[in-house]
Amino acid sequence: MIMSDIILKTESLTKHYGGVQALEGVDFELRAGEHVAIMGDNGAGKSTFVRQITGVEQRTRGRILFNGKEVNFKGPLEAREAGIETVFQNLALADDLDVPSNLFLGREKILLNLGPFSILDFKGMRAATDAALKRTAVKIPNLGNTIRNMSGGQRQCVAIARTATFASKLIIMDEPTAALGVQETLQVENIIRQLKANGEPLVLISHNMRQVFDLVDRIIVFRRGRMVANLKKSETSGEDVVSYITGAKTGPEFAGAA
Amino acid sequence: MRNAGVAMGQVEKQRRKPWPAELNALIGLIAIMLIFEIVGWSLVGQSFLLNKLRLSIMITQVAVVGILAVGVTQVIISGGIDLSGGSIIGASAMIAMSFAQIGTYPRAIFAAQGLVDLPIIVPILVGLLVALMCGLINGALIAYVKLPPFIATLGMMVSARGVALWFTKGQPISFPTNAFMSIGDGLTPVWIFIGIAVLFSLILKYTLYGKHTYAIGSNQAAARMSGINVERHLMLVYVIASLLAGLAGIVLIARSQTAQPVFGTMNELDAIAMTVIGGVSLSGGRGSILGTALGMLIFGVIFSGFIFLSVDAYYQNMVKGAIIVGAVALDQWRQKRQARDA
Repeated sequence: MIMSDIILKTESLTKHYGGVQALEGVDFELRAGEHVAIMGDNGAGKSTFVRQITGVEQRTRGRILFNGKEVNFKGPLEAREAGIETVFQNLALADDLDVPSNLFLGREKILLNLGPFSILDFKGMRAATDAALKRTAVKIPNLGNTIRNMSGGQRQCVAIARTATFASKLIIMDEPTAALGVQETLQVENIIRQLKANGEPLVLISHNMRQVFDLVDRIIVFRRGRMVANLKKSETSGEDVVSYITGAKTGPEFAGAA
Repeated sequence: MRNAGVAMGQVEKQRRKPWPAELNALIGLIAIMLIFEIVGWSLVGQSFLLNKLRLSIMITQVAVVGILAVGVTQVIISGGIDLSGGSIIGASAMIAMSFAQIGTYPRAIFAAQGLVDLPIIVPILVGLLVALMCGLINGALIAYVKLPPFIATLGMMVSARGVALWFTKGQPISFPTNAFMSIGDGLTPVWIFIGIAVLFSLILKYTLYGKHTYAIGSNQAAARMSGINVERHLMLVYVIASLLAGLAGIVLIARSQTAQPVFGTMNELDAIAMTVIGGVSLSGGRGSILGTALGMLIFGVIFSGFIFLSVDAYYQNMVKGAIIVGAVALDQWRQKRQARDA
């Protein structure tokens, strides 16, 4: 494979909180159109890893390359502007606004520019929302409803559609279905399949083994802040992944990490 | 096909659209008017509503606080509170009036400097400038020093009242020019209120400013994550609230033809009560200027009705207190019910 194929690459990414080594020397790669799952026990460093990439926290050591260029995001906004969209565990939606307003929050379409009193282009945002929901196969009956009046699954769908609206270069989802019911989970999984069909790369953090095997191409296992396995889905099984998570096994190339 | 099945499940789960709070206020307003009408015919023997003079007095009386309430509405929608409005009315009223006096009055504040008989734009700008300073301080303390809005504006409430009292050592200021008094003529204050209310209604509904105000009040963390400059926006929200308080002060002194340091006392609470009665949520994110205007009319009708029925002024204050508490209790109940439904 050629270098330009790599969307995201980390080199010995390390994060210490005081004396605690939350993340230690992670070398990670994500290629164009690839869906990768990150698995691991609680406290294995999955969320810490995401927080370094999305600029929510500043890494202790290591390099992050995004689209071939080294990046140093000062905050989550810079990461977003660069094209990394994240769906966090706690949804970042404004409950009292409707769907288009949430999708376009902070980057509204403007009809007439009058500084802070610029007039909004409701029609344009509505149309773009329709298009984005179609692209992600999300169905929400009444876009004019406020988020407050929606079910947990619909909220999550809006949060995900929001990431997909802005032709992002990379989507990261941190346990997107952890708080959802069965049917709502199916809906979110459909969106993820749609993203795959659209060729949009994704990093998925999940505890759900079935979901991971259903959705992704590759599974990365973290244990005690280190990467301990990098498995193609076709070459592994649920039991195999569990043994990596629990520490019964460690990938040969990560022998030093155990 | 699988998608279709999921979508259908969703339709069933779809919550019905909630009853708008403005409608509650409208129903309340109509009910209160009808009660006074009925009581009026049975006790006083005349109509409460079909009296042009009473209605015009009522509406000019509440219009001044209404202007203040428009500013307070957008503050509360942004998730904050502004207790300083009444005192800013007092401070800008006093200082603006000192630049509006006639030259033939020998004890005019700035007679010695020759600052009398000035065009009306001068006292208006001076009044707004005083308010702007207060707003900038409020905004800076809340947005950048991160003080709770309650505390920051409570401080301003005390300090701005101090300015109003200090300016003339407690003496009233009178004898404004005829041109200046024209601002308070007849129904002019009402037209000013309507103009301000319509303008801010449109701003809150159709502009970036409005959208971001609701977003910040709804979920400040989400607004920040979305790239909204929350600090700059809150600064603007409090500056606008203070400017509207200043404008209310100017209209008030033009109507009263005098300025007293106690002007505006407790008006901030009336304004907050109007917004809450009108369905603006004290926890932010919800409400409208239309609701506040309805809340203002409810206020006006109740007090005009008490005068109509010759109810003692002391009872009026007791009832006012009950209305404020009742409105907040209603807001809490509404939220609890919504939280349960969601």
